[in-house]
Amino acid sequence: MMRTVTLHINGATHMVTADEDTPLLHVLRNTLDLKASRFGCGLEQCGACMVLVDGKPSYACTLSLWQCADTAIETAEGLMAGETPHPLVTAFLGEQAGQCGYCLSGILMSAKALLTHTPTPQRAEIIAALEPHLCRCGAQPRMVQAVERAARAMAGEPA
Amino acid sequence: MIANTLPASLSQNPRLDHWLDFSEPGHVTVRTGKVELGQGILTALAQIAADELDVPMARLRLVSGDTRTAPAEGYTAGSLSIQQSGGAIRLVCAEVRAKVLDAAAAQLGCPSAALTLSAGAVMRGDSPTGLDYWSIAPRLDLTGDATGSAPVKAHGELRVVGTDVPRLDLPAKIGGAPFIHDLAPAGLRHARMLHPPRWGALLTRLDTAVLQRHPGVELIRHGHLAAVLGDDELAVAAAAEALKARAIWTGGAVPADGLDEAASLRNMPTDITRRDIGTPGTVTRRFSAAYSRPYLAHGSIAPSCALAQWSADRLTVWTHSQGVTLLRGALATALRLSPAQVDVIHHQGAGCYGHNGADDAAFDAAVIALQRPDVPVRLLWSRADEMTAAPFGAAMVVQVDAGLDADFRPTEWTLNIWSASHARRPGINGAVHLNGAAALPEPILDPLAPDLPDAAGGGANRNAVALYDFPHQRIVQHFVAQPPVRTSSMRGLGAFANTLAIEGAMDEAAELAGMDPVTYRLRHMSDPRARAVIEAAARMSGWFEGADGNGRAKGFAFGRYKNVAAYVGLVAEVEVDEAPRLTRVWCAVDAGLVINPDGARNQVEGGIIQGASWALKEQVRFAEGAIATADWDSYPILRFSEIPDIETRFIGDPRSPALGIGEVTQGPIGAAICNAVARALGARVRDLPLTGERIAAALLAEG
Repeated sequence: MMRTVTLHINGATHMVTADEDTPLLHVLRNTLDLKASRFGCGLEQCGACMVLVDGKPSYACTLSLWQCADTAIETAEGLMAGETPHPLVTAFLGEQAGQCGYCLSGILMSAKALLTHTPTPQRAEIIAALEPHLCRCGAQPRMVQAVERAARAMAGEPA
Repeated sequence: MIANTLPASLSQNPRLDHWLDFSEPGHVTVRTGKVELGQGILTALAQIAADELDVPMARLRLVSGDTRTAPAEGYTAGSLSIQQSGGAIRLVCAEVRAKVLDAAAAQLGCPSAALTLSAGAVMRGDSPTGLDYWSIAPRLDLTGDATGSAPVKAHGELRVVGTDVPRLDLPAKIGGAPFIHDLAPAGLRHARMLHPPRWGALLTRLDTAVLQRHPGVELIRHGHLAAVLGDDELAVAAAAEALKARAIWTGGAVPADGLDEAASLRNMPTDITRRDIGTPGTVTRRFSAAYSRPYLAHGSIAPSCALAQWSADRLTVWTHSQGVTLLRGALATALRLSPAQVDVIHHQGAGCYGHNGADDAAFDAAVIALQRPDVPVRLLWSRADEMTAAPFGAAMVVQVDAGLDADFRPTEWTLNIWSASHARRPGINGAVHLNGAAALPEPILDPLAPDLPDAAGGGANRNAVALYDFPHQRIVQHFVAQPPVRTSSMRGLGAFANTLAIEGAMDEAAELAGMDPVTYRLRHMSDPRARAVIEAAARMSGWFEGADGNGRAKGFAFGRYKNVAAYVGLVAEVEVDEAPRLTRVWCAVDAGLVINPDGARNQVEGGIIQGASWALKEQVRFAEGAIATADWDSYPILRFSEIPDIETRFIGDPRSPALGIGEVTQGPIGAAICNAVARALGARVRDLPLTGERIAAALLAEG
């Protein structure tokens, strides 16, 4: 059923008219030209599409448009907004935490959710937060270190 | 660094101006035929150019993998890009730099030896001369061929090479839209191709009535090919799935039950080739050990994608292929075009570990574009396509038959290797090798693909020759010409299984000799660089200090990829409870001069993790005559919670030439894990993957 839904994405408001079952990822990428969220499997198995919905990591590939109405959605574009990028971006670049980078947007969103509710995570907590994500290139050790580095930076400690 | 002779990339693309130009003021455009696959190659090549030109990194613009402008450099494969493209760029930049200095000297009336370059400006002592690349280059004739005669920078003069320059491509990959999947030119239409469930099967019946429930899409038929095209991607994907669900396919290779076990290769028809090195010595005891790996999926994290447009008798294709020039040739042959009518442009995709679906997706897009002139077509595979329609890494069985003398020295050493081809890339041996080409109205029927010849690094035979000081080695290849699934190049090719077998057998021989595996290896290794990485890895891991026990053990492996790339000594520590868990890895690498140490470490450690994933978890499975591992649940790979701690050291001499590092750790990590599991269990399982179920079954069968 066609429906007009109000989406709040990275602080901006968008009115989208589409079938209410349209996956959020499709709306982000093809309707709103927000391409940082990636399509990897469409099956909630790889995490490349992960976004935050009201702060909670959610698979945009299967989340329906109607479920997103009047929620606060955050995507990796939001990490780049503002005068300086989010500390996670700085930390991931500082650690060169990636190879092909296709999985990174989703991983950064899960990391952001973690650091919001657990500002000084143990390594096991970082691994648990990133467990839904696949990285085929094998850059996981750097990503874990990058989350630790971001946590230190956000706590005001030297990198 | 690199010998001052012309590398193949340069002798095949000799014109200086094909490699670089100064047309953008203040910047240097450097062109390479090698492409970024997530391995950081463009950054490393830029570092080489920056040093030879005396131009800062920020002033370099890299153009890569574009048949319109960039040099043709084959595939980006084989851990060869630094040697081939880096070697060429180094010589070209040195030569252009020398020409600019000579021209400046002539203009200033001084010897060129009195001049230097700094940040692109010509200096006389500490004073700028007012001349720079951009004022001089337009007057230079760079249409001539490179001679390779200009002096390159000595190791002590390198400023950018050897440093951790951050990757040029990484910032856009966070929060940006740098991937081929993100391209959206005006007028774009989305497309899906229906792929056969079996290799070589042809579509014989399509229920087009289902399309009545899918408005807004059109069906494109061309020979036995069927595709869906439309403006809305979701509608296109849904229509393609609906068509596929009721499509009837005939013929093709049948991946029957049981053929997904590597051991089934022994029962297939084979062509046998033998090669002997040296002469056998006295034998007092023998042992035999057969190792195997199953078919492996590339499992790129993004499904393959391509864009194509046919306008004014020209076909333009955007692809994440590893070899744009070879793909152009294959597309032209398949689609009955002249190569001059086809432009193939690389655009970055997700991580690429060999011949995956990229080229086939480019073919799919091109076929559709030819049917709908002037429409930019964006073709995307599904996750299931990526896991089932892309080529697979070939399953292999490698049996070592060794004869030892009274001193436990291997005096007879035979490797019997069973494998299908690792070389079904488009353009290789003049073949097309595009998945849909056999379904065209004028079908392309490729001849049976041979394997990659040993002179090109070998396919199944890659790393079959052990580097140890054996008086005799015999390599017997049992080539399976018609495997049940399409196989081609996947990171390391035969090196993974051959290293697994050789290094496993070295541990088995050491055990017979009652010797420590590291000591035993050193006893049979005279290459000083190999000895150094073996000793370094042992030292790093505390090999001779710590004791195994409680289901925890370390395993050792050595490898030198292709026997010409970087040397690797590696220790893996595992814990075996219900299933083996890789806990720690120590890795010593001698790659000679390392262009970008942090990038090299990223490649080495990524290779360790990917190789560990293959060894511990991965196997393509067949069921009901089709590939059953169509998603990540049925084809699991290593996850964050399973990643080991890794310590890597580069111990090579930076004054010696740069050696490839992209594929050097897969073989050693697979073998080291296998050896560690054997030590932890007190019993050896030689067939990968080493899952809990398979280990239990193997131990049970052994009694």
